[in-house]
Amino acid sequence: MDVTQLVQQLINGISLGSIYALIALGYTMIYGIIKLINFAHGDIYMVGAYIGFFSITAAHLGIFPSLLISMIVTGGLGMVIEKLAYKPLRNAPRISVLITAIGVSFFLECTSMYFVSPTPRTFPPVFENVAFHVGPFIVNSQQLLIFGITIVLMLLLTYIVERTKTGKAMRAASYDVETAQLMGIDSDRIISFTFGIGSALAAAAGVLVGVYYNSIDPLMGIMPGVKAFVAAVLGGIGILPGAVVGGLILGVVEALVSGFISSTFRDAAAFAILILVLLFKPTGIFGKNVREKV
Amino acid sequence: MAEPMLKIDNINVYYGAIHALKGISLEVYPGEIVTLIGANGAGKSTTLRTISGLLKPKDGSILFEGKNIAGVKAHKIVNEGISQVPEGRRVFAEMSVMENLELGAFTRKDKDGIKKDLKMVFERFPRLEERKKQIAGTLSGGEQQMLAMGRALMSRPKLLLLDEPSMGLAPLLIKEIFHIIEDIHKEGTTILLVEQNANMALSIANRAYVLETGRITISGDAKKLAASEDIRKAYLGG
Repeated sequence: MDVTQLVQQLINGISLGSIYALIALGYTMIYGIIKLINFAHGDIYMVGAYIGFFSITAAHLGIFPSLLISMIVTGGLGMVIEKLAYKPLRNAPRISVLITAIGVSFFLECTSMYFVSPTPRTFPPVFENVAFHVGPFIVNSQQLLIFGITIVLMLLLTYIVERTKTGKAMRAASYDVETAQLMGIDSDRIISFTFGIGSALAAAAGVLVGVYYNSIDPLMGIMPGVKAFVAAVLGGIGILPGAVVGGLILGVVEALVSGFISSTFRDAAAFAILILVLLFKPTGIFGKNVREKV
Repeated sequence: MAEPMLKIDNINVYYGAIHALKGISLEVYPGEIVTLIGANGAGKSTTLRTISGLLKPKDGSILFEGKNIAGVKAHKIVNEGISQVPEGRRVFAEMSVMENLELGAFTRKDKDGIKKDLKMVFERFPRLEERKKQIAGTLSGGEQQMLAMGRALMSRPKLLLLDEPSMGLAPLLIKEIFHIIEDIHKEGTTILLVEQNANMALSIANRAYVLETGRITISGDAKKLAASEDIRKAYLGG
């Protein structure tokens, strides 16, 4: 094994993993608060990519304003979806909500195909791709962009969750909704806010992927959606740092498998990880076995 | 006699098909300690959960200071001046002691008032101050009970609902907790106390209600009930 190539694949893996991490954060936040695997989350990411696309091509905005617009609009969409599709099912069995999420997923995919056509679109080269040679390694500016934005967003999220009043309410509600209500926390508002934040993070990932891979289409969310789900489970679903670590591990493993074995096995590697986690540590890397509620 | 602070009139509460509270009526007057005793599953916690808005009565009314709060959402009840210490303490185990107390004051905006009340809570529970940075889940059972009580006091309630504060605690600690309840009461908070430990509850309460399978069967002066033969046999262990 060539060390140079190994490090190179690690660099590639980390940028891919950052994307997974951004999507996985939404999965894990939403699971944390309403115990729902939001299978429409990958499609939210797709919508985010398209909003970024139109903001760049139709409104001629730069990458950063487009990213911001996409995050805001998609965040709003996430809140609307929660209100219309999931909120009426708050007291329904969990399986009903899960099936609804799959329905929302198809709805977003098909509606997008209708309005923007199923043909893939070429994402305009808004961010000049410069390759930097660091010794024998190559890091390109797009990878740095992905990595930089991911870090900024994660710091922002950590700040919101750890320091703000709303963040504290989020943590309280995800630990114990009922007692949170006794404190005067409006759980409906907190759930809505969580969908907003999670969807905005997915939108950022969508725009970044557009920039990185140059191509977007209405079904682009399916695979990354499932992969991010694997990442969230790998890190321990419901645990925020777990989503980040899970995403990065998954990205690196995929890059190593494509680099050293064959890119055909890339997806197989991701799902092998899921199977192994479920077999040996279903609670994930950071998961505790039982939640202590004395 | 003055107007009751809390007046529950003939409420029926269901858990799905189970008729949990069958036409309960009770009153709590300002400045009282009222206790609700009875066996497991009689509906004591259900009554408190209905007052707090976690459950919605099918009919009947709950008047708090003259305002009907039956069916008002749980997160709005705190602002009315009612705070609950839930059964099993239910502290936010993954958060620090300080964060738990801050959440108790979630709806309040008066920063100075919150600071003052935090100081008051720490004076009452010095152990919480020593451990304010500690994660709540690592506290002992007694400390968690104190935290749950401190958290409830942070909303500066007029009426404090206590659900089984003695549960799972050693006798010495139970004594301490009941002393604290009396102190809180002396400083002007009205208390509705649910207890399985009827002896302790009757010893500090002014009045008591006995609940049996969703109905109030006996009510009256706590001291008289403690002395009554029937009650002794049924709830006080002979």
